[in-house]
Order: sequence, then structure tokens, then C-alpha cells
Amino acid sequence: MTEDIFQGYKGDALEVLKKYHVRVWGTTKVETTRGTFEGTVLPRAENDDDKHIVIKIITGYNIGIDIRTITNMEETGYKKANYKIPEKEFPFTPGLPKVKLFGTGGTIASRLDYRTGAVIPAFSPGELYGAVPELADICNLETEKVFAVFSENMGPKQYIALAKAIGKEIENGVEGIVIGHGTDTLHHTGAALTFMCQNLPVPVVLVGSQRSSDRPSSDAALNLMHAMKAAGHSDIAEVMVCMFGPTSDEYGLLHKGTRVRKMHSSYRSTFRTIGDTPLASISRKKINLIKSDYNKRRSDRDVKILPYFSKEVTMLYYYPGMKPDTLDALVDAGYKGVIFVGTGLGHVNKELYPAIERAHAKGVHMYMTLQTIWGYVHMFVYDTGRDMMAKGIIPAGNMLPEVAWVKLSWILGQTDDPEKVKEMMLTPVNDEITDREPYNGYLVYQGGVPDVDDFVKRVHK
Amino acid sequence: MTFDSKKNYGQSMKKSGYVPRKKATQSTYDTIGFMSGLEVHQQLDTKQKLFCHCPAGLYNASDDYDAELIRHMRPTLSELGEYDGTALMEFKTRKEIIYRIKNETACTYDVDDTPPFPINREALGIALEISLLSKLNVVGEVHITRKQYLDGSIPTGFQRTAILGVEGELQLPNKKIRLIQLSIEEDSCREISDIGHIRIYKTDRLGIPLIETVTYPDCVNPEEVMETCNYIRFLNRSTGKVRTGMGAGRQDVNVSCKGGTRVEIKGVAHTKWIPDLTHIEAFRQWSLLLMRDMLKTRIKSPEKWKINHEELHKSMLKGVNIPDHAEKLIAVNLPEFEGALSWFTQPGKMFADEISDRLKVIACIEKPNILHTEDLKPKVSDEQWNEIRELLSANKHDAQLVITGPADDIKTALETIEERCKIALEGIPNETRKSFENGTTIFERVLPGADRMYPDTDSAPIPLENDYIESLKEGLPEDIIDSYNKLKAWEIPEDSYTYIFSKDYFPIIEKIINELDVDPKFVGTFIGHSLKHAEGQYVGADELYHSKIYKLFSFLKKEKLNYGLAKAMLPILVRHPKMDFESILQEMKFKKVNEKTILDSIPVLKEKFNRESIKKDSTDRVNWIMGQLRKRALGNIDLSELSKEIQKT
Repeated sequence: MTEDIFQGYKGDALEVLKKYHVRVWGTTKVETTRGTFEGTVLPRAENDDDKHIVIKIITGYNIGIDIRTITNMEETGYKKANYKIPEKEFPFTPGLPKVKLFGTGGTIASRLDYRTGAVIPAFSPGELYGAVPELADICNLETEKVFAVFSENMGPKQYIALAKAIGKEIENGVEGIVIGHGTDTLHHTGAALTFMCQNLPVPVVLVGSQRSSDRPSSDAALNLMHAMKAAGHSDIAEVMVCMFGPTSDEYGLLHKGTRVRKMHSSYRSTFRTIGDTPLASISRKKINLIKSDYNKRRSDRDVKILPYFSKEVTMLYYYPGMKPDTLDALVDAGYKGVIFVGTGLGHVNKELYPAIERAHAKGVHMYMTLQTIWGYVHMFVYDTGRDMMAKGIIPAGNMLPEVAWVKLSWILGQTDDPEKVKEMMLTPVNDEITDREPYNGYLVYQGGVPDVDDFVKRVHK
Repeated sequence: MTFDSKKNYGQSMKKSGYVPRKKATQSTYDTIGFMSGLEVHQQLDTKQKLFCHCPAGLYNASDDYDAELIRHMRPTLSELGEYDGTALMEFKTRKEIIYRIKNETACTYDVDDTPPFPINREALGIALEISLLSKLNVVGEVHITRKQYLDGSIPTGFQRTAILGVEGELQLPNKKIRLIQLSIEEDSCREISDIGHIRIYKTDRLGIPLIETVTYPDCVNPEEVMETCNYIRFLNRSTGKVRTGMGAGRQDVNVSCKGGTRVEIKGVAHTKWIPDLTHIEAFRQWSLLLMRDMLKTRIKSPEKWKINHEELHKSMLKGVNIPDHAEKLIAVNLPEFEGALSWFTQPGKMFADEISDRLKVIACIEKPNILHTEDLKPKVSDEQWNEIRELLSANKHDAQLVITGPADDIKTALETIEERCKIALEGIPNETRKSFENGTTIFERVLPGADRMYPDTDSAPIPLENDYIESLKEGLPEDIIDSYNKLKAWEIPEDSYTYIFSKDYFPIIEKIINELDVDPKFVGTFIGHSLKHAEGQYVGADELYHSKIYKLFSFLKKEKLNYGLAKAMLPILVRHPKMDFESILQEMKFKKVNEKTILDSIPVLKEKFNRESIKKDSTDRVNWIMGQLRKRALGNIDLSELSKEIQKT
């Protein structure tokens, strides 16, 4: 294929470039009714309009020129940018643990994509070393790009591929695994890998960044250092999510893959352990255990990989006045499992009952989780709850809704037997349901309250 | 064998041809090839910040904050795949940046925990008006760009900025200054402190809409730079839509001399500082070039030049006052640098200060951070230096210094010293410098280049349609140069123009002249002299609303009072801007008397004078009668008319 010399331009703007024989990366002098402009023609993002041409002027700024004002254009030279993170060979240091980094996409290391105008992932040990040389002090790194998708495009196929890749690496003797991942669905993957990779002998750490690594204030580098440290040096052999504790560049937290949730669309400190405390806090220097009860690192390689996932499970987020046809439609579409996300202690309205009965009769597996995020489903407290249980909805304890969806999908990938399914759903693999909720498992402090504000002033949020 | 530093300092100053600014002429500047341009920043008067909805223009005291957060900045690649020099320097400094946040003035956007909201349209409109007034070629589509700042002054590590126009011009009374560009950008944090490895900022000013007007280096002497700056400020002010007061307008001044390099003097708070700053900077560069020539006669292969160093035991500096932070004492030998350390750079400063300044900023070692062989007030004895020279195996024409600093910072310090000395063998370093009121500057950062620009992937481009631009053109104020020419034609004295334009009084003057038919010269001096003087007398008085001045003249006209009364009313008006005019007159015990009554009293007074006075001179008589009548006459009759009437009798 020949190189696209008009990268991203379309319609009228493309015609103008063709007419004046000016290419992308060509230096140009543009005469317009608003005066003369000089600079280098840049590629244009696909979704932007076809009425403007973008140039980088000598001072480094980009500007757009309205093609309807152009009276003449001339290419005076050609200078293509070479956007490349300086690659340096990742040094091997005897005595440091061997850690494998799996790339899946996301912004842990990224560069500009002119097609969308957004950032796309860039990834290799050399590039990572070029960008975060401190990693060489933590571990001996190998990388493998498993696939490159954005977080929202992660799904069953990727969970299975990752689980298998993890199994293989553990057999090969790696001492820790880090998975670079977009943050939106980090917790879904955390849960999926917890169920699929059991009896882990080494840490498996999921990490991402809330600010892309093309920004000086990005959390990517520090998150990556923390994750490498956790994977190579901690003795917690579980699937964990490692992200910023506070929004400050201070320390990270290690969350269990089954109890973690993204709680803010853009904060750095977005990941929180729900209904429990995190496993540990981590800095570049130190890992401070918060919980003492966890699966310890082992030297054997006896991991169990269970790469199953059914695509016939869905979620139903209840709202007041929901009509039975919503559930009917899902059942008619062939879904075999439904995770309800109910109000309060786990409720939906009576109007849905007939649909629930029909679904139950058709053998659909139904479990109840909570919109409140925190707390347990308690279906014995009110009649509604008892009615629903009678109609076949099973309370899922304090399992997070997303985790319940992952788990039911994973189970239905293995069995269809209602009793077996129920037993597996309610028997925790790794704390997706806990026996007790510690008092500090629910902390959403209210800003504006003087005591809280005093506290916030002191601790670095 | 002691080197005479004082003599060397004096001689090197003389050699550079340095004279105080008052003694400099155009030919002084032509000799050293003075060249200067400006980057003038002006906050826009909008309700909200540029990329979020926080209120703009509220400020907090440094100890008044609700939360603190910490960031570290890492260099990233520019769009063209390059690392920026400043970025790498800042990374070397390993600063911990602390932001103090006040909930009412900063939100999650300010601390980079939320992506930007669409650009503030009010700000964009004002900035475009100013672009049009600056005769710039306005872009067809605005592209938000990220400009890296690793000093931490912006929590994201970059400033969101966008070019609105390029290639404009500014007409001064005697010269045209070309403009490179105008951009709209978010203002940065205010620094609270910067000590060792910790720098603290507050976020109240962060995000306030700001424009930056950049000129070509067309100014050939310091006065011209100030004049250009004033005109850009006047132009901005003439829209009536920009912020005023402390810090609302700031400028960076670019200076170079022949053979020198562009050095940016940052954040000059007052226009009146510009002449001294540019004068001294041009000579600093000139003198450093002469020092380079001196060194090159001794150092034949500058690329091979390097320092060597040894650690000193504290006992070797017995009796010397060593700062507390000096965990280590590292003696450094600078081969063939004798005479360089005490080489004149600025009044009261020498090349050794350039090294010390960099150590403070890059290696984070607080001052005093060095002792050296050419100190004008020696702190280390000759014997001690001899011991040190021996330890370093120094040669006769080498210079020595001792770094006094924390152990962790020594490595960077040594690199910094070697780097600065090597640049001295080439010429002038590209840097930004911080200004002081006395006209001197110190090193601030390595000058960033175009490599720190990166498209803002969080913002979509904003098209600027022709209709919109045309509609903005309709509301534009008159060109400053046209107003200037009108003031001249009205014979208003030129020394009042700065006040008139900087306070945007021109439109009011014009209105008073056109609508109330007042003598232009009187209105001009009334504002440019009397009002300025009165405001200066009553510091702390609120600035008068411009419309109040118009109302004053309109009141006098309506009441058929003489305009001369306005000056007498000023002191009270300035102190009490809200007081109504009648009350002011009451306060002054003013009585309305008709002209005839006053004129009728002249013969009586004349008789009294003749009867009682020893002096019989007619001038004495006129003066005496005027004196008797002035108070009653003021506002009731034109005083010069009255004087004529008295003379007639």
C-alpha cells in the first residue's frame, strides 16, 4: 500500500490540498483573505470537519485554516515528524526478580494518534525503559503485547487469552506478572482473572493510568513502578489492581481483583476497595500490608487455569416503574443468566414478578446485587425480598454487581446445572463475597463537614 | 601570588563599556547591538476561568487553603518526537511540587483530576477583539495546544494555550513594531515558596483567561521596549474588558546583544522596570562574550575542558562560616578560569554568581552554596586556598570553588558547574531569568523551545466563522495611535497620555469634549494631571468610575457652574467616590453667586486697597482683589475672565 500523503483529510479540504499539490508534513505558505500563514501541514483527525487544514507554525503551535478563505497555497519543503519514544535496551540486573509485563492497550504508555486525535498505546521494554528508567532498579522486565484494545473493548475473548498467557508464563518460571490495562474495565478484568487463574503462586498485578503518559503529570510512571514492585517483590499471590491511593504522587494501593471498583470518571485515586480494606499500600520504597490474611507467594508452579466464559449473561439495572417486558425481552433474546442490580437491600417492583416467574420457568439463572454498591443483599427483611426469592432470584451477598456478572458468566461457561451454579456463585473464590464487612469498609466522607475538611487538609487527598 | 579580584572586576566592567542607563545613548546600544522584544500577558475580565467554571479573579492568602496535594513532573515527548531541554533540566532538579487548594477557587479540573470543559467563549471573544485590534491574521480554526511547564506552575505539567492570530503590527508614534502572534491561555499558579527540593504553589490564579501578545525583537533601546509595552497595554485596556490591578498584566522581555542569544526576563511586574532590566541584560551578555574571548586565548580545546574535584574535610576550612545545609564540602578546580569568576556581569554581580544561581535552581542547594577564589570579600584564607589547590593539583591560572551543600545534590551540582562553564566558552546560555526591581536578574530556567508543544487531545478544534469575526469587528474601539493623534491635536500635554491610556480615560475625554463642549486641553489636563495627582494623594481610594467624571462635567454644565470648579471638587470626590455633587459643594461651603454680584464688588475692593495698602502697584492691586474674590468666584465665574475685569477697573 502506498503511503497516505493526505492523512486524515477528506472532502473539500482534501480537494484543496490536491489542487495546490501540498502534502501532509509539507511546509507551506498559505495565502488567505485573513492574511498569510506559514507552517507544516499536519494530519487531521478523522472525525474533524473537511473545512479546515491544520498547520504547525514556527513557534510550535497548531492552527487551523478555513479552506474557504484560501486564495493560494504552495509547498515549500517537506519535514515528516518521527514520533518515537527513545528506545534503550532494558538492562538485566542479577538478583532482581523477573517480571513479565503484558500489554493490552490503554494509556500506560501511549503516543499521539492522528487518526482520532487521541492517544494510542506504545509499548516495548525499550520504550518503557526510555520513558521510565527507574523500572530497571525494580525488576528485570520482559514484555509481551497480548493485544491492543481500549479498556471498553476488553471482553471475554481477551480474558481467556490473558488467563492462558498467565498460565504459560507461570510455567516458564516468571516471578510476577503485570498487566497494563485501560482503567475503565480494570475491575472487570480483575474479577475475571481471579476466577480464571486460581491457586496462583505469584502476584498478578493489573495497572493503568488515569492521565495518559504523554502528560508530565501522568500517574502512569508511578503506577507502573508500584505495579512492578508489587509483582516482583510482594508475597501476595493474588490478582490485584494497583493504582493511586490519594490523587497526590505519594503511594499506591493494592486492591483485590474481586472487591475493587472504579469510583470516579477522572480522578487519579479512582479505584477503591468496596466493603473491605485494600490488601496493602505501596510506594517505590516499601509495601505496607493492610490485611494479613491473603494467599502467599509459593515456589511451585501449580496454577489452575479455568478459561471459561459464557456470553449469555446480562445485567438489569432496576429503576422505579420498570416494566416486565424489559426482562421478557432479555429472556426471549436467549440470555441464560441475569444479574439484577436492585434498590436498597435488593429490591425490584411487583410489576416485574410475572416476568421473573417466566424467566425462572425457562431456567434463567437470576441473582440479586445492589445499586448501593456497599452492603449486603438482605432479602428476608421485607416481603418483597421473600417474594422474589420464592420466584427464583438468589441474593448474591455483598458481591459487586460487575463481579457477579463476571462470575456468573464464568460459571455458565462451565455448567448449566442450577444447583451447581448456585453453589459456585455463593462459594467465594477470593472474597467476592465476604463473611463480614469491617467498620472501615465503607468510607465516603462528606465534604463541607468541618471535621472532614480538617482531616482532608492534613492528609493529601 | 594572590589574584586581585577587585581590580579584575573593575577592569572587566570597564572593558564591557558598561555605563549607567542615564548615561547611555543610542550609539551605546548600537555598539553592543541591543535587540529586544516582548511577550505581554494580560488577564481578561471574565466571570469564570478559561477551561472550567470556577470564578476568576478571587485570591487567597498563602496560608488560607483547604487541601494540599503533591505532584512530580516527568518530561514527555513533543508532538514531533523530541524532548525539550527545559523539561530535562526540571526533571534533574527532582522537585516535589505541593499545591495548596482553596475549594472556592479551584476545582478538580485545576488539579488535573478532570478533563477540560469547552473553552470560555466570553474570553475567546475578548481575545479575538484584541487580535483584530492588533492587526493580526486571525486563524480559521483554534487548536488548543499543550505547552509543557515542568516547573510545576501548572498541575497538569502543561499550559493549555491556542494561537488566535499571527503576523500583526502595532503603530507607535514614531515606529511600527511587528507582532509575531497572540495566544489565549490559562494563567498559572502563584508560587508561595521554593526551598530545597520543595516548591509550593497556590491555585487561585490558575486558569484565569490570559492573552499573550508576542512582538518581534524590533526594539533598539530600553526606552523603546517600555514604550512598546505601554502601547500593548493601552491597546488591551482600550477594550475595557481586561483585568486591572496587581498582577493582571505581566510581561516577559526578550533581550540579546550582538553575538549574544535570546534571553527571556520573566514576569516583569512593572513596565517602568523594563528600561533598566533590558539595559543591564544586554551588557551582561556583552560582558560574558568578552569573557569568552579572554578564556579562549587560554583554552584551545573547549570541548576537552573539564573540572576535577575532591572532597574536603571540614577541618580544611577552619574558621570559615559554613552554612548548616553543607553536609559535604567539595572543592572544584576550574582549569584556566582565573579572572572569570570575578568577571563583571551585572552591577554588583560577577560570573561566580551565575554558577551560584544555577546551583540554587538546578541542584536545589540554597545560597550561600559556593566559596570561591575570587570573592570580593574573601572568606577563605590564602593559605587554605593553597592547600585546596594542592589537593586538586591545580595549575597557576586555574580558579577554584567549594560547593557547600547536601550530599544528595552534589552530583547534579558538579554537572551544573561544568555545564555552565562550558557554555561560557561558547557564548550566552539560552535561559529565562527572574527580574528584580534594581534592574538585575538571576537564572530561572533553561529557555524552552518549540519542542514543548503538544496538541491537546482533550479538546476539539474550534472553527471561527467569517460572520463571527465580522461581528466582532463592529464593536472594536479606535486604534490607540488615532487616539494618540487626537490628544495631540487637542494640545493635551504628552506627559498625561500614559495615565489616560493605562486607565482607559480616552473615551470619556472624547465624550466630554464632544457632548459637553468643554475645552479639550482643560479636560485632558484635568484627568491626566489633576485626577492622577489627586488619586496619588489619597492612596487607598477606590478608583473612580469613569462615568463619574463625565457626570461631574455634565452636572457643572447643567447647574451653569464654571468648569474650573471641577478641580476644587476633586479631592473630596476621590476620597468619597459615592458622594453626590451637591453634597461635595456643601462640604466645600460653596455658594452660588451670579457674575454681576461679584463684578459689582470690584470697585469697593479697589477703594479699600487704595485706602489701606502701602503698596500702590497695579499688579499688587489685581492680586489682592483676586485673593479676596477667589473663593466666592470659583465655579461662578471663569477666574481668568475675572482677572481681566479687575485689570480693567
